[in-house]
Amino acid sequence: MVWIVRNLWLIPVLPAFAAALISLASQSRRKFAAYLAIGSMSCSLLLSLLAFAHTLHHPSVEFVNFPWLQFGATWLAFGWLLNPLTAVMLVMVSFVGLLIFVYSVGYMAHDENFTRFFCFLSLFAGAMLGIVISNNLLLLFMNWEIVGLTSYLLIGFWYQRPAAAAAAKKAFIVTRIGDLGLFLGMMWLYSASGTLLFYDNGAGCLEHSAIAAMASHGVALGLTASSAIALLIFCGAAGKSGQVPLHVWLPDAMEGPTPVSALIHAATMVAAGVFLVARVYPLVAASTGTGPSAALEVIAWVGAITALFAACIAVAQNDIKRILAYSTVSQLGYMMLGLAVGGVAVGMFHLITHAFFKALLFLGAGSVIHGCEGEQNIRRMGGLRKLMPVTFITYAIGMLALCGFPLFSGFWSKDEILFSAHQWNLSAIPYYLGTAGALLTAFYMTRQICYVFFGTPREKAQPVGLPEHAVSLESRESPAVMTWPLMILAFFAALLGFIGTPAWPWFQEFLNGRPAAFDFRLFQANGLLPLMAVSSIIVFVGLALGWWLYGRQPVSAAEQPDPLERWQPGIFHALMHRLYVDQIYDVSVVRIARWLSIVSEWIDRHILGGSIRLVAWFVSGISHVDFLIDSSFINTGFDEGCGEIVRGGRLLSRLQNGRVQNYLSVLGIALVVFVFYLLLGSRG
Amino acid sequence: MNSPFFILAALTIFGASAAMTLRNMVHCTLALSICFIGIAGLYLNLGAQFLGLAQVLVYVGAVVILIVFAILLTRSGELPSPRPSRAVYGIIVAAPTFGILAWAMLTGATVPVQPQAHIDQIGRVMMHHYLLPLEIVGLLLTAALIGAVVIAMEEKQSTK
Amino acid sequence: MNPLTACLLLSALLFSIGLGGALSRRSAILVLIGIELMLNAANLNFIAFWRFGPHPENLTGILFVIFSIAIAAAEAAVGLALILAVYRHFKTSDLSRLNSMKG
Repeated sequence: MVWIVRNLWLIPVLPAFAAALISLASQSRRKFAAYLAIGSMSCSLLLSLLAFAHTLHHPSVEFVNFPWLQFGATWLAFGWLLNPLTAVMLVMVSFVGLLIFVYSVGYMAHDENFTRFFCFLSLFAGAMLGIVISNNLLLLFMNWEIVGLTSYLLIGFWYQRPAAAAAAKKAFIVTRIGDLGLFLGMMWLYSASGTLLFYDNGAGCLEHSAIAAMASHGVALGLTASSAIALLIFCGAAGKSGQVPLHVWLPDAMEGPTPVSALIHAATMVAAGVFLVARVYPLVAASTGTGPSAALEVIAWVGAITALFAACIAVAQNDIKRILAYSTVSQLGYMMLGLAVGGVAVGMFHLITHAFFKALLFLGAGSVIHGCEGEQNIRRMGGLRKLMPVTFITYAIGMLALCGFPLFSGFWSKDEILFSAHQWNLSAIPYYLGTAGALLTAFYMTRQICYVFFGTPREKAQPVGLPEHAVSLESRESPAVMTWPLMILAFFAALLGFIGTPAWPWFQEFLNGRPAAFDFRLFQANGLLPLMAVSSIIVFVGLALGWWLYGRQPVSAAEQPDPLERWQPGIFHALMHRLYVDQIYDVSVVRIARWLSIVSEWIDRHILGGSIRLVAWFVSGISHVDFLIDSSFINTGFDEGCGEIVRGGRLLSRLQNGRVQNYLSVLGIALVVFVFYLLLGSRG
Repeated sequence: MNSPFFILAALTIFGASAAMTLRNMVHCTLALSICFIGIAGLYLNLGAQFLGLAQVLVYVGAVVILIVFAILLTRSGELPSPRPSRAVYGIIVAAPTFGILAWAMLTGATVPVQPQAHIDQIGRVMMHHYLLPLEIVGLLLTAALIGAVVIAMEEKQSTK
Repeated sequence: MNPLTACLLLSALLFSIGLGGALSRRSAILVLIGIELMLNAANLNFIAFWRFGPHPENLTGILFVIFSIAIAAAEAAVGLALILAVYRHFKTSDLSRLNSMKG
């Protein structure tokens, strides 16, 4: 076994260790924290690249297991594994992470909690890399929870803001609902297969024998055990990846600092759900019959609905980061759809390309916010094209990649998902949902970019009372430490797609462990070209529509109603209020929980509390009787005894006269007596 | 038993009794160092050269100096002579102790041999067999050093 | 008289002198000196038993004394520091006046 496989654990441990060191440093050691975090991340990136290079030649699964905990006669083993899926994720997470770390140095430069920020960020990176290499669902779950914790800490990083604190709590609780499912699935998987190791020389839970046993074991309603477990695990993935109906936390999570949104809530952590499904794909896909398993079917529907649903809401949002957040939810839906209809490679390809262009978009948004001194409402921006040229160009590249503009990375990966959805033999509806989502994606991104970068600065339309919200004309390009990561990410966002084109599906074949061949004829297979043409046209339509509504006649004042609002006010308002999902949760789930708590409070107060008062009353009655006996009979005798003890103590205290030498002489005399006694004894 | 032993023994006993009876405390300390040197000589005489040197270094070199410092710092050079009653009291306890110990020793049995303790042997044993105790003693000395400094430091004004 | 007995008698005498002094002198420093004498008597015993005992090649006696000397040095340092602290607090090192622990 080669060095890199044996020492794969170093990749997550380095950032985690850096986090531990930073946590010990004082808040003023800013440079130390930044250098340590970036240095450890660079080392992780280097090791990840080594691991990646290794898998290029050895695409089979390699793993190292070690016993961790013994209970009864069985050992719980932990371990790490390396296969192409792991290697790709490792490189992506550490590379994007490193760029975002560098960017954060600029973005957080004026924050007083700079050191704490890097501590959390490093811990996050360590746990995220831990998820990627885990060869054990329990170990993965532990890292998963650490990731959730750091997400909570970082969303609430500016905890002085009530909105941030509330968003952090919401994110934690909503993802916890999903994690409950994941935990149940894990328990069930353990009881069904007897192990939580993914791969263990044929004994792992993702290997043939265990999967076959679970797939043939029916539970209820036509579900097999494997599908039921997979669906429970998907609950966790849906919570983390913001799938409908657990998506509500992700837009609120934008209260955190923008690098956090880029790293955790766009590129890596939310993708962890997709990765989890990809990791347990043998379990998810296991079916006895011919068609796809029930779990895959559910995932496909959830993914397709999420993709369209979130895209709709994104159309009517005004906060630059919130638009991107809904776009992330929508793209995560595409990934899930891709996983379900096309397999691991299809979903993972979109995950990787999305990580790059969405991180780019978030960092670009951060640059805009940084330049506009904290303003996040796109309707109050405008005309930034000339003031922030680098940000504008890179943002435009990210936007085109996200829309799926031909030849940009998003085009290839999204097209492949739509193509697979088209081929899906159960239903054509997911394909149409996805296509509609693509149209909306192009539209809302055009809307956003028109608002932010085109037109004229709209600060003059501000009411006089709120000058601080105005975009100052002095908004300048961000420092180089922030623009360089943007440019690097833009490069990848534009060109990364070429590693997975239909003519040369290197990425897909790499994940499947096969060498890729270059073949133009693959374009003609199964009506691929017409589909590509259709989706290109859809993108163009979306872009044109957006330009026609927002670019042609730029909105000149922030207060002026949105063009779409003038046209369809009812729908627009519904979308602006995010289709009232939060309100629905408020009146349903939250209200029920509150009602339950009121009922239990009543029970507690009147039934349990009443019985306790009864017992207390009884006890105090007994104690009154006791007191009478005590004071009349027992006290007298006790007082006498105490007096005797005091007199005896006075006598003995003469010995304790506080002089050390007296004590020492007692010791000497005792020695004499003792030795004398011993000698007499030995005489017999 | 050879004559150097008796000479050294006499020196030691003389030093010890002087240290415990003289009135001037600096004199007492000097007598104590004579006693320690006598003991060091006895160690040499008994074949424990290393210990003899250690005795001189540690006791005569360090402990006696410490005591002198303590005498200077507590400004207690001259003392009134011990009250006769106390001296008698000390003798009353000490004499039976000696008597009983001497009785015990004179009635015991012995096995005479001729050992040698070279310093390299001591070092070897100390670094192998007694390594842990050695480290612990090192730690103890450090702790005692710090503790002595802390105890002897000026008391802070507790009320501010 | 055999040599072991002579050594042991010597150390017993030394011990008794130390004990007598520690009991009769009033100065805390002199009491400490008495205690040092007793410690040295014990060390002398160790050496005598090593020299004339059954297994001298083990060097147990020697090593015991080495550690004992080290600990005695620590004890002397702490003891004298205590005396200084006591002196600073009570303005005396006369043990007969230090009886605040009187019961």
